[in-house]
Amino acid sequence: MKMKSNTVILHTAALFIMPLQLMFSIFLLLRGHDEPGGGFIAGLVAASAFVLYAFSFGAESTRKLLRVAPRDLLAAGLLFGLASTIPSLLSGQPALTAHWWEVPLPGDGYLKLSTPLIFDIGVYLAVLGTIMIFVVGLMESDE
Amino acid sequence: MSSAVVYPILLPLLAGALSLALWRSVRWQRTLGVVFNAALLWASIWLLQEVMEHGFVTMEMGSWPAPFSIVLVADVLAAIMVVLTGIIGLAIAIYSLVSTPRGHEKFGYYPLMHLLLAGVAGSFLTGDIFNLFVWFEVMLLASFALLTLGGERAQMEGAIKYVTLNLFSSAIFLTAVGLLYGMVGTLNMADIAQKVAQVEDPGMLTVVAMLFMVSFGIKAAAFPLFFWLPASYHTPQVAVSALFAGLLTKVGVYALFRMFTLIFTQDVDYTHTILLWAASLTMLTGVLGAAAQFEFRRILSFHIISQIGYMMLGLALYTPLALIGGVFYIMHHIIVKTNLFLVSGITYRLLGSYELKDLGGVYKHKPWLAILFLIPALSLAGIPPLSGFFAKFIVIRAGIEAEAYVVTGIALLVGLLTLYSMIKIWAEVFWKKLPEHVTNTARLEGRIKDKHNWAFYVPVVGLAVCTLIIGLNGQPIYELAEKAATQLLNPQLYIDAVLGGQQP
Amino acid sequence: MESLMAYVIGILFAAAIYMMLRRSIVKMVIGLILLSNAANLLIFAVSGMKRGAPPLIPEGASAPLGPVADPLPQALILTAIVIAFGVLAFAVVLIRRAYEIVGTDDLDQMKDTDT
Repeated sequence: MKMKSNTVILHTAALFIMPLQLMFSIFLLLRGHDEPGGGFIAGLVAASAFVLYAFSFGAESTRKLLRVAPRDLLAAGLLFGLASTIPSLLSGQPALTAHWWEVPLPGDGYLKLSTPLIFDIGVYLAVLGTIMIFVVGLMESDE
Repeated sequence: MSSAVVYPILLPLLAGALSLALWRSVRWQRTLGVVFNAALLWASIWLLQEVMEHGFVTMEMGSWPAPFSIVLVADVLAAIMVVLTGIIGLAIAIYSLVSTPRGHEKFGYYPLMHLLLAGVAGSFLTGDIFNLFVWFEVMLLASFALLTLGGERAQMEGAIKYVTLNLFSSAIFLTAVGLLYGMVGTLNMADIAQKVAQVEDPGMLTVVAMLFMVSFGIKAAAFPLFFWLPASYHTPQVAVSALFAGLLTKVGVYALFRMFTLIFTQDVDYTHTILLWAASLTMLTGVLGAAAQFEFRRILSFHIISQIGYMMLGLALYTPLALIGGVFYIMHHIIVKTNLFLVSGITYRLLGSYELKDLGGVYKHKPWLAILFLIPALSLAGIPPLSGFFAKFIVIRAGIEAEAYVVTGIALLVGLLTLYSMIKIWAEVFWKKLPEHVTNTARLEGRIKDKHNWAFYVPVVGLAVCTLIIGLNGQPIYELAEKAATQLLNPQLYIDAVLGGQQP
Repeated sequence: MESLMAYVIGILFAAAIYMMLRRSIVKMVIGLILLSNAANLLIFAVSGMKRGAPPLIPEGASAPLGPVADPLPQALILTAIVIAFGVLAFAVVLIRRAYEIVGTDDLDQMKDTDT
């Protein structure tokens, strides 16, 4: 059984929808700290983008598109999550205490960076990696 | 506050993430395995020192104040358990260097091992009941994957039962957490312990207590909920079996100890009597099951069940001495049981089988290995002066003092039957002549020499030394267990340590 | 509403147990899925249900105005869903591989390791 669809509609739609989904996932990730959103849901949206791609173009081209192995995404996500505990432990506070930095940008604005954001990026990557491990793995075992 | 309490969780997680990132280099993963598990042991000993000094070590994650944040709490019992996790982790990491097949190492054995240890340490250290659920699931997910590494038929069949029953138990756990939250409106264990007294409907509280008992009973493999254990523990490769045998069921036992000393003490007559009978039947069915088995690891698996009974007995009698006995028993059991599985792995290496009928003659060729088996085996059966004797002695003495004669009688009988099982293994594997149909004897007779055999023997010798130390130098260990039991019997200490200072 | 939820949860639990007792491993996994959904709904129901009162603090205020829904059960359920998702994804992969290796989806044929 081939898990690759041959309909033109899905192919075309996937190519249009996927960038939108990925942008939406970044939006959700960055919005997550103060408003509904966050790493997990953003990771799910991103994963659904890649899963859609996998359904229409097959597992192998999805691997090519991802460039890095899904497993490495998971590893990077875990390391990001752990890295977010370092500032608090170095300053002798309980683990996961939030730290904030404001980086001035050229012009008027500034960029707000924080350890919760690092943690969220970690969650995002870990969720994306885990789902892709399962989906790509299952699809490949079918082929 | 001390940061000692967070490292036993962070170190294995970091090791897991790094070994995942170094997926392609098995050599790096092995090095990381040994280095980080040594670091875990060191961190856990540091934690134990801190706990001995201060009584409790707590940390409020994210600096949010106590009842609202997830709190990590280490009391003496938790610190002891984490030290044992470190010891077993290090032993398994060294043993895995030679015992784990290449294929398993390439498919993520090391990341999963670290994840499992992180889950175990997290379960011991958390002070939040929902967080406990999360750590349980982390541990379970890692154990599912470890159990099925290799993908043989028996592993699949064992894994289906293991996965189903453990997920079922998790669902019950979640249900119980939900119901408890509905009654007390908090998830912090210390806060729950404070508020259960004000619950208007004590009957409902007992129902929730029973849900917790069933859920943790499944995880601890207590009667009558243990069938997943003997169906699955003998199927994976031996280092995984040993790791599971040492730690996984004990997490369930630990959770029982925590829940039924801290939170559910409102109806001791009812809940602890049920625990008492569950404990006796666990001991009895476990040991009788073992008597009917003729496969090395299946016998040992059934003995895990019967030993769980002794620990639960310590909890169920609920006297100071009994709790000391329970804690002492856990310390003794984790080390001894892991060691026995590791020895079974060595004989498998020598003769290529776990079936008793295909084994034999080991004493003749490897007398030292036979001695190394006898130490944990006799300790498990409770022969003085090894650690198991004191563990059993304390529990049984507590039983007599509590005038629970029937249960104590069962415990004594089970000790005898344990000896029978161990002698059966001794006679079949080590003493009897090598059966004639066994032909692959080159390793046994020393005609094939493996290069790195030391990695088989270092953990076994190390754990045997631990057993001897617990047995011959029991006083400090007893005092440690006594301290743990004192804290368990005074939940107010725990509550004050977690909530004290922040309370208005 | 609460009593309706109680019935729904009860039926879900019953259906889950029934499915788990079937011989087919696929149905068993469906049972596990129903079971985790039942537990999640239960948390939702016992912690009190409120409509149209999201636990959000308006700008400028330091506490929510008026009574709001308890956000904690929602967080618990979300976490539980995440965990159930991971575990069940594993279970699906597992039964698939078990089916490939053992060659049957009948639990009665998988008794080799039982004692």
